[in-house]
Parts: sequence; C-alpha cells; structure tokens
Amino acid sequence: MTNETVLDVKDLKTYFFLDDDKVARAVDDVDLTVKAGETVALVGESGSGKSITSLSIMQLINKPGKIVDGEVSLLGRNLLTLSDKEMTKIRGNDVAMIFQEPMTALNPVYTIGNQITEVLRKHKKMSKKQARQRAIDLLKLVGFPRADQTIDEYPHQLSGGMRQRAMIAIAISCDPKLLIADEPTTALDVTIQAQILDLMNEMKAKLNMGLLLITHDLGVVAEYADRVLVMYGGQIVEESPKKVLFKDPKHPYTEGLLESLPSIYKEEDRLGTIRGTVPPAHSFPEGCRFSSRCPHAMDQCFKSNPEIIHLDHDHAVRCYLYSKDD
Amino acid sequence: MYKYIIRRILIFVPMLFALSVVVFALAKAAPGDPFTTMLDPNVDPEVYEERREAEGLNDPLPVQYYHWIWSTVQGDFGESLIYNGRPVLDLISARFLNTIYLGLVALFFTIIVAIPIGIYSARNPYSWLDYFATGFGFFGLAIPNFFFGLLAIYFFSIKMGWFPSQGTISGTDVAGMQEFFDRLHHMILPGITLGLAGTATYMRYMRSEVLDVLGSDYIRTAKAKGMTNRNVLYKHTLRNALIPIITLMGFEFGVLISGAVITERVFNYPGLGTLFLQGVINRDYPIVMALALIFGVFILVGNLLADIFYSVVDPRIRYD
Repeated sequence: MTNETVLDVKDLKTYFFLDDDKVARAVDDVDLTVKAGETVALVGESGSGKSITSLSIMQLINKPGKIVDGEVSLLGRNLLTLSDKEMTKIRGNDVAMIFQEPMTALNPVYTIGNQITEVLRKHKKMSKKQARQRAIDLLKLVGFPRADQTIDEYPHQLSGGMRQRAMIAIAISCDPKLLIADEPTTALDVTIQAQILDLMNEMKAKLNMGLLLITHDLGVVAEYADRVLVMYGGQIVEESPKKVLFKDPKHPYTEGLLESLPSIYKEEDRLGTIRGTVPPAHSFPEGCRFSSRCPHAMDQCFKSNPEIIHLDHDHAVRCYLYSKDD
Repeated sequence: MYKYIIRRILIFVPMLFALSVVVFALAKAAPGDPFTTMLDPNVDPEVYEERREAEGLNDPLPVQYYHWIWSTVQGDFGESLIYNGRPVLDLISARFLNTIYLGLVALFFTIIVAIPIGIYSARNPYSWLDYFATGFGFFGLAIPNFFFGLLAIYFFSIKMGWFPSQGTISGTDVAGMQEFFDRLHHMILPGITLGLAGTATYMRYMRSEVLDVLGSDYIRTAKAKGMTNRNVLYKHTLRNALIPIITLMGFEFGVLISGAVITERVFNYPGLGTLFLQGVINRDYPIVMALALIFGVFILVGNLLADIFYSVVDPRIRYD
C-alpha cells in the first residue's frame, strides 16, 4: 500500500463578497494534505469554515462566494484550473462527498437505484443492466440485506441511517481516491453514528481512499482520525497527529476545545468553556483571529496574525506563544 | 390507486348534492322571476298568477327542488325560459366544447410562458429579465381581464389586424384543417386574455419553487456526484419544482372553464360564459342553475385531476 498524497491544498482562500461591500474571509490560507488510506479530521465549531473548505475542494462554492487564490491538487492535478465541464468528470468519480443531512440529501422523487446508477452510467459508461447489477452489489456492500428490493425503493422508505448508507454507496460507487465526509453522522442517533463511521472506515481501508472527515465531535476524532487539523476563523490553527493532539495540545483554542470535554480520569464540577462566540467572517479581529477569546492573548496578538509555526515535523501551530524569537 | 379514484368520485355525490342545494337556494333567493322581464307590466295580475302556477313557481320550495333535481339527474335541465323554450341541454352542448377549447388554449399559454420564464428567473435571479418578468407578473395580476381583452382587441385586431376580434370561425365555407386553424386563430386572443392572470401567478410560483429546489441538499448531492448542469436542472430540479405546480394546474383548469364569463363576453365568444351571463341578466333560472352546477362539477373534476397528478409525480404520495 503506497502512501501517495491524494489531496494537496495550498494557500486556499475562499471569500464571500457580501452585498454591503463586506468581504467574508470564510477560508483564508488553508493548507492541508490527505494521503491514500489516511483519515484526516478537520475539526472546529460552527462557522469556522470547515464546510466551505470541503465545498471549495469540490468547487461547489455558490455566489457570492469565490475561490480567490490557492491550489487544490487532486492526484497531482490542480482542480482550480479545470473548466466546469472537466470538473463534472472529477466530482463523484475521483472525489466523492457525503453530507450531513441524510434525510434531505437524496432526491425524493427518484429511486435509490436510479440515483446510484446515474453516477455509474455517467462516470463508468456502464449499460443500464451493468449499472443496476453494480448498484445492487454496492448496496449489499454497505449493508443492505435486501439490496435487490431496496434498489427500487424511494428515499422516504428508508430510515436516516439507511439513507446515509445509500449515500455512502453512491459516494464509493466509482472508487474515488478521496472521500470527503461533511459531518456525516451529526444528524444520526449515537448507535447509528458508530455503524456509519465503522462502515466508512471499512470502505476507506478496502478502497485505499483518503478520507477527509469534517466534524465537530472530538469523540469521533479520537476514534477514527489519523491526523487532526483544528480550524478556527477560516484558518488552520493547529495540525498534529491525533495522539499528540489529545495528549499535548498547543493552541489555546485546541486546549479550550479539549477542556470542554468531560474526562473519566478527572473529577470535575464544571466543564471548561471558551468564552464568547466565533466572530462573523466579515469582522475578524485585527490580529490573531482568536485573540478576542484567547485567555493568553498578548499585545502582539492584537496587532498581527501569527504565521504557522512548525514545532515538529508533524506538529504545527498558529500562535505567538510558540514564536522562536521569544 | 383505482380504489382511491373511485372513492373520490363517490365523494362527489354528497358534494354535488350540497352544491345543488346552494345553487337552488341562491336562484330562489334572487328577487324577481322570469316573467318580470318577459311580461308587459300592464298584464292582468291574474294572468300573471296563472302563469306562475302553471310553471310550478308557487309550489313549496322542497317540491320545486325535487322536481328540478330529479329531472337534472336524468339529464333534463329543463327548458330555457327565453330562448323560445329550447332545451337547456341543447343550448349548453352547442357551446360546451367552445369553452373547453378556450380553457385548454389558456392553460397551454400559461404553461408554455410561465414555466420557462419561471425557470429562467430562478436561475438568474435579479437579472434584467427577472425584473422584467416580475414587472409583467404584477401587470398580469393587476390588470382586469376585460380591460386587457379590450386592449388586445384594439391593438392586435383593429390596429395590426393579426387576429379576429370576435366569434369562433370566419364563415361557413371553411372545412377540414382550414377550419381547425381558423378556429385556433379565433381562440388565441381570448385564450391569452383568459390565461393572463394564471400565467403571472404561475410564473411567480415557478420561480420560487425552482429557487427553493436549487438550494436544496439533494441538488448539492447531484452536483457532488458530477452531474452536469443540464442534468441537474432537467432531471433533479424540474420534477421536484413541478410537483406543486402540476397540482395547481388541475385546479386551474376548473377555474378557467368556469371563469371565462367576462373574457367570452368581451370577445363575443359563444361559450358557456356568455350563455351564463345572458341567463343571469334575463333571470333564465334553468340555464343559470344548470351552468352553476356544471361549473361546480368542473372544479371538482379539476381537484380530482390535481390529486391524481400529484400521486404520479411525487412517489411520497401514493393513495392505496
């Protein structure tokens, strides 16, 4: 199994140009890589730019949003230079995506089979019959016991967990190299969550895909991720292997996130919180974007935004606390 | 499905009964009777009473209702009180198809104009053409039917001479395909006039429906699957956006048939609307009552059609 890099995002900037001449810098200078067979978790609270990052990779940003700069390389090809038409050959084929809301992510007026086979017929040029057979196999693979009946059923006849399984079947139908899962289990109940995540993990291993898992659930991160990127205010503020992050978080924001989790090792009356809320993307603070909420904020933090500092070959943080010239 | 349709048709019976009672009551509650306009006011009141007695107008109301409804269900709508006693059924059947055709032309016009413009507006919101369509929409809703009809006659028949201003056919010497096109030619102006308000309404509906669907999660899924814009629009968006529209269309047909009264009058078009209006003016109760019933049936049938269409396009609705 080679560990080739499937996705390499550099300096990605996606801005939203709002009506009143404000610019929302929803994604600003994001770097990330995903290797084959690896699960990378992108963590952050609502409004931190996780979903916009994933939609930017897919190039599904709608007006007034625009990718203003950067590079998104999938298997060495810069997607940002491709035309709309060329992109339709990549989406669903080389890179697939699973969304948060299984209840609404499937088209209510077409059968499950129809929605799987249209992908196969488009990308793999299969005949109707071949595509149907492959769709039944896929449904079996993702755990539908009556796949040959389910294929003719409509989304409303399936439960939320089952719909998410169908979404996974659609996503993996063309053996993508990269699977982006945008909060795939947030809308599901806890027992189903584990089943869906296990299924994705299994498929990832089987197909040697890279998996970009977007979540705000640190429990999910602890269980499934190899590497973690913490996002705040449209920027990556910390990147590290999962184990290191949970043991030795560096960025005050990451610390805050971890303190807000209950621990079975400590007796605690109150859980930690991060005061305040994420500022809207068109009015980030002048300096460090976290400065307005940071307990360790220094003068410097209010003046300029820190650059990424590499503490180790695989651990990086965007914070002045770790500046080398101290 | 069939069970559902049969059940729906059975529900027609009590609804029709209620409708007939209302129609009858309204006709009876209206002041005056046919003789008010037919007879010389100087006629001896005794003769007048005799005529009323002979026509059954002095019977108790339930008896009058019973006589009326019994002959109606047998297909006998009675005789017109003013058209030289011609059977109402003959008068109606001579005009029935004219009104149906006019309704279809209006509906066709509504569909071919409202749906494409609605889609365009939704895909290019706040564009120049969207604003224009919005303006046209308000115009179409605000302008009264008869006024638009008069404007259309003035410009397109009198000034331009493109369309005939009245009637259904140019003369008796046209036949075959020529007759078909001649009749169609006569129906275009009244058809557009009749369909105008509906067109404006459905254009707005279509715009908001398509906008709504384009923003939905499953459209994002379709795009993420690599579907082309064409496919996303025609396969994934349209069918969902049309669900409420198709449902309203069935209803709209019933409304068009029964709502053509003014348009038909303006274009002097021999349809049910014209007949109805004359009936009302002349207090020709048999005609008014028969037409009110027929219009009611059309609304009911339109609703039934809407329900059937609904289940065809939306798999979440299955009547069994």
